[in-house]
Amino acid sequence: MTDGPTPLPPKPHSQNKLVEYVRPVDWRNPEPRNPYDLVIVGAGPAGLAAADLAIRLGLRVALIERNRLGGNSLNAGSVPSKAIIHAAHAYAAKRQAEEFYASSFTEPALNFGAVMARMARIRARIAEYHSAERLQALGADLFFGDARFSGFTDILVGSTPLHFRKALVATGARPRPSNIPGLDQVGYHTSESMFEIDELPKRLVVIGGGPLGCELAQAYCRLGAHVTIVQNDPKFLPREERDAAEMLSRSMARDGVVIRLNTTVVGAHLQGDTKCLDTVNNEVKDCIEADAILLSIGRMPNTENLGLEAAGIKCDSAQGVTVDDFLRTTNENVYAAGDVCVSDKFTNVAQASARMAVQNALAGKENGQSRLTIPWCTYCDPEIAHIGLHAWEAKRNSIPAKSFTVMMHDVDRAILDGQDNGYVKIHVKEGTDTILGATIVASRASEMINEISVAMSAGLGMRDLSRVLHTYPAQSEAIRMAALAYCREAAFR
Amino acid sequence: MPPLELAVDALSSLPDEALTDELQRAAFDYFVDYTDPDTGLVADTSRDGSPCSIAVVGFALSCYPAAVENGWMARKDAATRVLKALRFFWQSPQSDQPDVTGYKGFYYHFLDMKAGRRVWQCELSLIDTALLVAGMLTAQCYFDRDGEREIRELVEALYRRIDWRWAQNGMETLSQGWKPECGFLHYGWEGYNEATILYILGAGSPTHPLSPASYSGWSVTYQWENVLARDVLYSGPLFTHLFSHAWIDFRGIQDTFMRIRGSDYFENTKSTIGVHREYGAHNPGGYAGYGSDFWGITAGDGPGDSEMRENGRDRRFFGYMSRGVPIGPDDGTIAPWAMLATLPFDPKAALAGTRHLLAAYPQVCPQKRFASGFNPTLVGDGGGWVSEGWYGLDQGLLMMMIENYKTGLIWRILRSCTYIRTGLERVGFEGGWLTPP
Repeated sequence: MTDGPTPLPPKPHSQNKLVEYVRPVDWRNPEPRNPYDLVIVGAGPAGLAAADLAIRLGLRVALIERNRLGGNSLNAGSVPSKAIIHAAHAYAAKRQAEEFYASSFTEPALNFGAVMARMARIRARIAEYHSAERLQALGADLFFGDARFSGFTDILVGSTPLHFRKALVATGARPRPSNIPGLDQVGYHTSESMFEIDELPKRLVVIGGGPLGCELAQAYCRLGAHVTIVQNDPKFLPREERDAAEMLSRSMARDGVVIRLNTTVVGAHLQGDTKCLDTVNNEVKDCIEADAILLSIGRMPNTENLGLEAAGIKCDSAQGVTVDDFLRTTNENVYAAGDVCVSDKFTNVAQASARMAVQNALAGKENGQSRLTIPWCTYCDPEIAHIGLHAWEAKRNSIPAKSFTVMMHDVDRAILDGQDNGYVKIHVKEGTDTILGATIVASRASEMINEISVAMSAGLGMRDLSRVLHTYPAQSEAIRMAALAYCREAAFR
Repeated sequence: MPPLELAVDALSSLPDEALTDELQRAAFDYFVDYTDPDTGLVADTSRDGSPCSIAVVGFALSCYPAAVENGWMARKDAATRVLKALRFFWQSPQSDQPDVTGYKGFYYHFLDMKAGRRVWQCELSLIDTALLVAGMLTAQCYFDRDGEREIRELVEALYRRIDWRWAQNGMETLSQGWKPECGFLHYGWEGYNEATILYILGAGSPTHPLSPASYSGWSVTYQWENVLARDVLYSGPLFTHLFSHAWIDFRGIQDTFMRIRGSDYFENTKSTIGVHREYGAHNPGGYAGYGSDFWGITAGDGPGDSEMRENGRDRRFFGYMSRGVPIGPDDGTIAPWAMLATLPFDPKAALAGTRHLLAAYPQVCPQKRFASGFNPTLVGDGGGWVSEGWYGLDQGLLMMMIENYKTGLIWRILRSCTYIRTGLERVGFEGGWLTPP
């Protein structure tokens, strides 16, 4: 599959553009304009969202970044992964060629260099929106360098002191490192390096069956790698309901991903150029050979070398910076947002929590993060999206829940698209039409879940949803069908 | 009753009662044909070299009383068979060593038919032990005559020595098993499934009962769903709605979950049958054969891992696995016995489906015993794929369900079981036949 034309060369250009936007080589930090209304440590999604809001509020803002603007999401997370997933999806669609448009079909050769080059171009394009130049033009003082608190209202960027009224810690998180004996010596990728590879590995082993692990396992498999995914739990995506996780498991298996559930990697070693992972499934030992390994076992907050103790900010190496519901740290002048302090380490949560923290710190608001209704999605095929409570979470909170389920194979648009694998399941508080949460498994679940998000945020119930007209045909019609099922059931109650 | 030699084709012409008698008798005869005369252990399948499945022994022990009442086996012979199995389990080695028969009163899922020792490095199975013990308790209650005292005493001892609390492993809910090599398995087992009888038997123990929070800890994972226009306590595979019902009469008795919903588990199985029929009629996967009289998607044998593309659809087939409705997995394979096993819940649907199946696909019922799996989409030698031989679980469940439909015998026997009643009451069941006179 990798024996196609020579990889296209534009990557260096895209790489240069990206660097130009997110970490200009000739950047000169500005003269501090002390004191600042808000000093933001970290310019990932949370830091950038905070800066954007603070500038709009007319505040004097300093933004400090140690590495690149955009953080993990732009450089090594959502943006590059989704670009690769899309390419893999498009390539996999060739399977349907004979059904859709070709009486006979010759499989196109895959050019992995072109896939990565496209990803780099897209990443650079998205980076432009939050470029250093643009931030500066908006009025933020952007400092590149190491930040370290030196007091309760003071922070150093390198040796430059900044004074603040309020500060926001938004340093994000990084891939959790390996604790597998021998893996460091064998060598492995994390999300921070996986998007910079030049060649598609022939044999890729993904350790970890969380969202990113599943997404990339399926994507790289579709691009032509022989992929094995190893998960020590009995199912993928431990936060999702069993049916959704099993549906994904079957989908990955259909793509050709070799699935090893309930399997622990206990060691790694080299045999020549081959990387060997020693695994145990119950008592059965095995060895999986690989040319490349992706370790995707979660993320840990970046709290080191920030001088947090000097500012009286408590933190925990696993949970990150300690915050209250209003995102205030143990220093009343310092707030935190995003992956460094919240358990839901998603870009949308980082941005929302950052805006909330700025409003709480400087606009006299008292918004609690517990009020956030958070949709999330795993971008496999089918996508698995969720919002609010699972049925079992509702029951644990003594809320009687009933679920209304519509299968995508009953939705006209899904049938038309050949994307009828999945379901919409909306959890409702029994005896009411209050929506508690929803799980959607569908090709475009990431888009569909937003309708539920709007409904929950606006306090709309199932009756309201049943009255919303949808375009026809549309996959989101499944949501209305679930709402109509509710109304039918309620009519008989 | 028509002779056993009746040709399969002729089954369709029999009236309902004769038809179910024929099929029930053939199902029961699995236990006559595949029981080891020395140990009383029963083979998991009819295939050569099959080990014993302890669950199948449980079904056999439950079927013997029905066979006696139907006049297919003398009471003394049945008691002898029961005693053989009970003596084996009582005398077999129990320890944490890897090659014994059981541990803490539980038993390994599969045992060597002759030696009675663990095979395949299988797990010490909680649910399969529960099915075995349900059979033992059935025998204890049925064989109530003076000369049958040893049966009762052995069952009492075997039940009392099971350490259900140990099986909780400090948690609320139960795992699927334990292995000496790696301890408790941590396969996910949330949501409603066939384990109701396991929790009830565990709760009813006079010696090592499950903790009071165990059942509620499990039922908190239930999902009450409206699916295909029916309200059901959801679980995809049909067998999960049948296994516990083979022994326990859930008509009119309710736990907290069902009390709130104004339903009971019997009614829930009826509704689930409706979901399965609707799914069969709708046939979203476009599989061959499916219809409102062709359903029964559940755990069972399958064609094996293979793929094909047909009319623009990717077809992926599986081996033995738990299939479900409507979320799947569904590869076009049904369990031919499953429709008839729903007789107590929806006799009209069960008989209509079974008659259609026998008429259209008589190959699914060799020697009047239903095969474990059938897939007409995967056309092999002209008749679709049919599972080889028979599985004891299928035959046992079918035999018991037909009996419950005909006479309610098994339900009636287990109603008189103190431990079942105690277990039901301890996990919160009340009403119906549990109401004190």
